[in-house]
Amino acid sequence: MKVLVPVKRVIDYHVKVRVKADNTGVELANVKMAMNPFDEIAVEEALRLKEAGGADEVVAVSIGPSQNQETIRTALAMGADRGIHIESPHEIEPLAVAKLLKEVVAREEPGLVFVGKQAIDDDCNQTGQMLAALLGWAQGTFVSGIEIKGDSAAVIREVDGGLEHLEIRMPAVVTVDLRLNEPRYASLPNIMKAKKKPLDSISAADLGVDITPRLNITRVEEPPAREAGIKVSDVAELVDKLKNEAKVI
Amino acid sequence: MSILILADHDDGQLAPATLNTVTAATQIGDDIHILVAGDASGEVAKSAAAIAGVSKVLTADDTTLAHGIAENVAPLILSMASDYSHLMAPATITGKNIMPRVAALLDVMQISDIIKVESPESFQRPIYAGNAIATVTSNEPVKVVTVRSTAFEPAAEGGSAVIEAAAASADAGLSSYVKSELSSSERPELTSAPIVISGGRGMQDGSNFAMLEKVADKLGAAVGASRAAVDAGFVPNDYQVGQTGKVVAPDLYVAVGISGAIQHLAGMKDSKVIVAINKDEEAPIFQVADFGLVADLFDAVPELETKLD
Ligand SMILES: Cc1cc2nc3c(=O)[nH]c(=O)nc-3n(C[C@H](O)[C@H](O)[C@H](O)COP(=O)(O)OP(=O)(O)OC[C@H]3O[C@@H](n4cnc5c(N)ncnc54)[C@H](O)[C@@H]3O)c2cc1C
Ligand SMILES: Cc1cc2nc3c(=O)[nH]c(=O)nc-3n(C[C@H](O)[C@H](O)[C@H](O)COP(=O)(O)OP(=O)(O)OC[C@H]3O[C@@H](n4cnc5c(N)ncnc54)[C@H](O)[C@@H]3O)c2cc1C
Repeated sequence: MKVLVPVKRVIDYHVKVRVKADNTGVELANVKMAMNPFDEIAVEEALRLKEAGGADEVVAVSIGPSQNQETIRTALAMGADRGIHIESPHEIEPLAVAKLLKEVVAREEPGLVFVGKQAIDDDCNQTGQMLAALLGWAQGTFVSGIEIKGDSAAVIREVDGGLEHLEIRMPAVVTVDLRLNEPRYASLPNIMKAKKKPLDSISAADLGVDITPRLNITRVEEPPAREAGIKVSDVAELVDKLKNEAKVI
Repeated sequence: MSILILADHDDGQLAPATLNTVTAATQIGDDIHILVAGDASGEVAKSAAAIAGVSKVLTADDTTLAHGIAENVAPLILSMASDYSHLMAPATITGKNIMPRVAALLDVMQISDIIKVESPESFQRPIYAGNAIATVTSNEPVKVVTVRSTAFEPAAEGGSAVIEAAAASADAGLSSYVKSELSSSERPELTSAPIVISGGRGMQDGSNFAMLEKVADKLGAAVGASRAAVDAGFVPNDYQVGQTGKVVAPDLYVAVGISGAIQHLAGMKDSKVIVAINKDEEAPIFQVADFGLVADLFDAVPELETKLD
């Protein structure tokens, strides 16, 4: 079985993002970029499946400008076998990402697609569900445990009240949550080896998908700032403030 | 302009976030319908019909619709979509699971997690863990929208909507429910509690959360946690507050032994009053706290409990 892992290039989660002065977006120039942390978890899970004999090839795919090849190289350095870069001039919306991934699925015929439950930049939390819908496949979302059982998979989902167990039919799209695993670091020798692994590049246009944005971001602004508070000297003062000043207890 | 809201529920009770979604919907239009898809969810439909501002409740009752299986619920919504300008759901796990599937089948982009309605076509939503707010405009024929419940007041009771049965769709045969492991708690639900007290890595051990629970019980509060506390196994996953956990905005949020990483702040910085108890006076949590107490939590929390009597 082949496993496909879409990996997104996002602003590194340590970076404090700044809104551009003209309110058109956030400052991306000279900002440290990295693989979406959830996608590292997705790559890790695919690799573990392969190492356990449950998969024979792990293919990483990223959609975006040429710099996204670095993100694919990161996945290859972790252990993915091969990369596909879908060149697109601008970052595109989840629906278009899902449509492009659908074409990749048609070509590659994976048994499983592992995607991150959300990208930490746009926080949309849509792509995996949309891809599953377009393929007519089962979806396991917010997954923190997975076991493949032939033509189905037992998944554990992190839901609002705790955990939920589902049986989903394969092939399937699985969106991964934080507690699925702890991703490995790429070792230096593996980073060197990754440079020689195959990485194909195709353009979004070649896949015949219309990627024109459907939504228009008319303005991006800073959230209202909180006013600085005070330090209290002890618990008694804290309780007094909460009771008599803030009146919340 | 008619709006269809997918109710979030567990077949027994309507999830409170549905009420906040109704409020968001009333800012868009005035013909608001609620879809209760489930199995033997009659009580839920009754609660939905009693929400002020709702004109109709549509029920689809079938075993295949229990537990909000996305592959079965999405085609149902799809079959009703042509009557509506907006399809909405709370941005809970259920809404997040089902609505993108609906949007893709309709070939429209979803607008996730809105915090403000500017017009029927234009909405504000947080991006980058709430460090920026984007205004997004959609020209899609149908707007598929999920709603961040903390950004809208819950709708009041007092409605008397008609309840009508809608045709249930067939089993897609793709996913089946096995079982749930739900954390049981007598305390209020995290996302709608008026007071939340959360512990972080500084708690050191799951058993130490008993200290927070005692305070919570005196205040009628819910207990939450940072990701670090959940990852360490101190508390279950559904306690996690943050960018990738739950978003809360109570009247009072007490962060105990939590440093204040941006991913955590994303889930609680809209709380009305924030208290931080941390032994490191440089901890970033103090930058958002209205009242900061630099202290060892193992002294401060038990003292807080006794002082609340
Ligand atoms: C309304 C809106 C309008 C936008 N307009 C623009 C614009 O005009 N210009 C612009 O530059 N950007 C724009 N963006 C940003 C860009 O579209 C985002 O990359 C896209 O929305 C994906 O959303 P997400 O990453 O939050 O998806 P999510 O659904 O949160 O992502 C989940 C998972 O999907 C997979 N995935 C997502 N994207 C990719 C990818 N590119 N490659 C591989 N895997 C991927 C990953 O596995 C990821 O973990 C816009 C975003 C939105 C929401
Ligand atoms: C993709 C991604 C998603 C994430 N999502 C989330 C999320 O949703 N929610 C979330 O919370 N985090 C999230 N994180 C993690 C986040 O970056 C931080 O690592 C996490 O919030 C830290 O938790 P903490 O504050 O409990 O631990 P730490 O940062 O280790 O802080 C512990 C604090 O306890 C204090 N302390 C220790 N002992 C005592 C004592 N005896 N008395 C008083 N104070 C004490 C210390 O001074 C310190 O400030 C995410 C990270 C990533 C990469």
